[in-house]
Amino acid sequence: MFRYYLRLALLSYKRNPILSSLMVLAIAMGIGACMTTITVNYIMSSDPIPQKSEQLFYVQLDSWDPNSPAREPNDPPDQVTWTDATNLMKAKQAFRQSAMARSGGVVEPENGDSKPFMTDIRLAYSDFFAMFNVPFQYGSGWDSQSDDNRDMVVVISRAMNDQLFGGENSVGKTVRLAGHNFRVVGVLKEWRLVPRFYDVTTGAFDNTEDFYMPMPLKESLELTSNGNVNCWKRPAEDGFLGFLYSECVNFQMWVELRDDAEKQAYMAFLNSYADEQRALGRFERPNNNRLSNVMEWMAYNNVVADDAEIMLWLSLMFLLVCLLNTIGLLLAKFSGKAGEISLRRAVGASRRDVFMQHLVETGLIGVIGGIAGLGLAMLGLSGIGVLYGDLANDLTSMDPKLVAIALGLALVSSILAGLYPTWRSTRVAPASQLKSQ
Amino acid sequence: MNWEIGPIFRAVMRNKVGAVLIALQVAVTMTIIVNAIFIINERKELLARESGIDEANTFYLSSSGFGDNYNAQVTVEEDLANLRQIPGVINATQTNAIPISGGGWSMGLKTEPGVENEGVGVAVYFTDQHGLQTYDVELLAGRNFTDADITWRDPVKGDWPQMTILTQAMAKDLFPDLPYQDVVGKTVFINDDEPIQIIGIIDKLHAPWIGWDGLERVMLVPQHLLFDSYRYLIRTEPGQLDRLMPEIEALLADSNRNRIIRNMNSMTDTRERTYRGHSAMVSMLTIIIVVLTIVTALGIVGLVSFSVNRRRKQIGTRRALGATRFAVMRYFLVENFMITSVGVLLGAAMTVGLNIWLVNSFEMQRIDWYYIPIGMLCLWLIGLLAVYGPARKAASIPPALATRTV
Repeated sequence: MFRYYLRLALLSYKRNPILSSLMVLAIAMGIGACMTTITVNYIMSSDPIPQKSEQLFYVQLDSWDPNSPAREPNDPPDQVTWTDATNLMKAKQAFRQSAMARSGGVVEPENGDSKPFMTDIRLAYSDFFAMFNVPFQYGSGWDSQSDDNRDMVVVISRAMNDQLFGGENSVGKTVRLAGHNFRVVGVLKEWRLVPRFYDVTTGAFDNTEDFYMPMPLKESLELTSNGNVNCWKRPAEDGFLGFLYSECVNFQMWVELRDDAEKQAYMAFLNSYADEQRALGRFERPNNNRLSNVMEWMAYNNVVADDAEIMLWLSLMFLLVCLLNTIGLLLAKFSGKAGEISLRRAVGASRRDVFMQHLVETGLIGVIGGIAGLGLAMLGLSGIGVLYGDLANDLTSMDPKLVAIALGLALVSSILAGLYPTWRSTRVAPASQLKSQ
Repeated sequence: MNWEIGPIFRAVMRNKVGAVLIALQVAVTMTIIVNAIFIINERKELLARESGIDEANTFYLSSSGFGDNYNAQVTVEEDLANLRQIPGVINATQTNAIPISGGGWSMGLKTEPGVENEGVGVAVYFTDQHGLQTYDVELLAGRNFTDADITWRDPVKGDWPQMTILTQAMAKDLFPDLPYQDVVGKTVFINDDEPIQIIGIIDKLHAPWIGWDGLERVMLVPQHLLFDSYRYLIRTEPGQLDRLMPEIEALLADSNRNRIIRNMNSMTDTRERTYRGHSAMVSMLTIIIVVLTIVTALGIVGLVSFSVNRRRKQIGTRRALGATRFAVMRYFLVENFMITSVGVLLGAAMTVGLNIWLVNSFEMQRIDWYYIPIGMLCLWLIGLLAVYGPARKAASIPPALATRTV
C-alpha cells in the first residue's frame, strides 16, 4: 500500500505543482534556517572531551579583595595565583592535576634561512597530557621529576614539528626558544579541541598551542604572562618575582577526580587549604571555593555566544511560521481534493486508509523539503563562514548526526503540520460531496 | 458606505481554522521582524561609533626584542626618530595597546585615596608628546606632555608618573559635577593611593574593548616602555598608508636584527575584525527578515487564493445579484484586514514578550515603544499587499458563473 500511496502523493504533487512547491519551499526555508543555527550552537556547546568531561574539574579559589567580589554577585576569580597553583601542585591531593598558563617567546630556528618568530607556549605540569588525552605522534610528555627539576624539555605540536624538523621524529633534538635551548621529548598528533576548554580566558575557540613545557620553568626563566592577568592588590615587591608571588591571578588549575567521593574529598581539601592560608593573612573573604566539571565550566563562561543563541531562537520561530504556513496550504490542498476523497471512500476506502494516504503525502513533502533544507543549511553555513571568517573556524561543518537531525526534524515537523489537515480530510462526508458533483 | 463588516465577520467565524492560521502566522512574523529590526538598529548604532582616531590613515605593528644584544631603550629611540622623519608619516608613537583592537590594560582611578573608595575603570595608553597628533585627538583643555615629562617604564616596576591626560568622558565619570575645564589640575589616585595629576583633557578616544561600558574612558600616560614587546602606532598622510605599511615593516625589521616585527594591521582592518560579529548579525537578521516576509506573504496569497477558488460560485452569484467588482475586492480586503488585525494585536503582545525574554537572558536593551505600532502598520500593509492579487482575481470572476453548475 505504501508504494501506491507514494504514487498517489507524487501525482497529487504534480497536479498542484505551485501549491506543493510552496509547501516544500516553506519547509526547506524553515529547516535550512534552523539547521544553520543548530549546527553553530551544537558545535559551540559540544563536549570537547566526552570520555572525561565529568571527571575533569576546574578549580576556583576565592583569594580576592575583601572589599568586593571578583565577579558580581559573589563569585571567586576565574583563575588562581602562582602561590596557590604551586601549593596545590605540591599537595597532590587529586588523582591527577595540572596548573597551567599561557606564555610566549621567540623561536630561533637552527636553519639559518628561517627567520625567528613569536610563538605561544602552554606552561603545564606532567599530568596535563594524561588528563586531557593528548595524542602523541612521537615520544611522550615529560614526567613529574622534570616538573620538580625544572628540566628544559618541550613537547611540540605536529605543525611545529613539520615547520622546524620537516615532520621527522624530532625527539631528542634541540629547539631554541625564549633565549634557551630545550630538548624535544614529544611530538603531538593533530590535536583540535572545540571548544578549547582548558583555557577559556585566552579564547575558547583558539587553537591549541605549538609548545608545551613544565610550568615551574616560568619562575627560573622569567617567562612572560600571555594570558589574562587580573590584580586587586599592587604587588608588594617590584621585579618579576614580586609580581609572580603577588595576589594577581593568571593561572588555570585543573584536577581529575574519578568519582563523587574523590570530588568531596578534594573540596574539603580546598577549604582546609583556604583556612590555612587565611591563618597566614591571605584569603580574607569567607570560603567560596568551587569545582566545576568541563560542561559546567563552559556554561559558566558563556562559551556559546549570545548572538548564536539569539539566532537559534529566532530561527526556531521562523520554522514555526513556515509550519503554520504549511498547515494552511495543506488545508487548502486537501479540501480541494474533497471530491477525490469522497470517491475513494465511496468505493470502500476506510477513514484509516485515507488518513494513511495523506500522511504519506505530507511525509513526502516533508522529505523533499528536508533535503532542500539541508542544501539551504549548507549554504547558510558557508554564508556564516564568509561573514565571520576566521572567527568561525571549525564552527560551520555538519556531521552525519546533524544531517540526520535535519532530515528527522523536517519529517517530524511536516507530519505534525499535516496531522490536522489529514484528520480533516478524513471527515469529508462522501454522500453530500458526490451529490453536488 | 456599507463595509459589510458584520457578514464578513460571521463568514470568517464559519471557517475559523484558516483565519487562525493566518493570524498566528502574522503574529509570529511580526514578533520576529520587529525584534530583528530592533537588534539590527542596536548593532548599527554600535557600528557607527567612531574611535576618535584617524582610522583610514593609521596602522600599527608590534616589535618584540630577544636575545642578549637587544637594548630596548636604544631601539625605541632610534625607531621613533626614524619613523617620524619618513616622508608621508604624520606622526608615530610607541604604545602598549591599540584602540578597539580587543587587548589592553586597564586601571582604576579614584578621586579619594584608600582601598575602601570606589574607583573608575580606565583604559591605559602609554605615549609621549607626539601621542595627540598620532591619535588625531583634540586637546580641549590643559596642556600636552612635553619632552621633559616623558619617563621610561621598567617592565618589572609598577611606578606611575605624576601626570596624565584624560578623555572628556573619563573626566565626566570621575567628576560628574564639574565642567571638563575645571578637572584640569585635579589630583586623582591610582593603585588606591598614588597621586596623579590631570594636566589635560582630550575630546574622544576609544578603549581597546568595544563591549566595555567604559569604552570612552581612556588615560594617556607619558612613558616610553622598556618592555621586550610593545607596539608602534603610525599615522600617515591621506593615501600613503598602503605604500608605507610594507616599507616601514621592512625598514624596522632590517634596522635591528634582534627583534621581530609582527602583527602589522591597519586600523581599517582592525575595525572590520572587531566589529565583524555585529555586522554579521546585521546581515543574517536582514536575510531572515526578507525571507520571512516573503514566506508569510506567499502563505497569505496561497490561503486567500484557495478561499477565492472555493467561493467562485458564491462570488459569481453576488456579482449576478448586482455587487460591483469593487465590492467583491473590498470583501476580501476587509476580511483579510480583520484577520491581520487580530494577528498584529497578538503580535504586539508577543513582540514585547520576546523582547522581555531577550532582555532577561542576554545583554539587550528594552525595545522602544514606537517599534510596535510601526511593526503593526508594516504587517497590515504586507497583509493587504498579499491579498490584493487574489482579491483582484476574485473581482474578475464573471457573473455568468452563477448560472453554471460547477
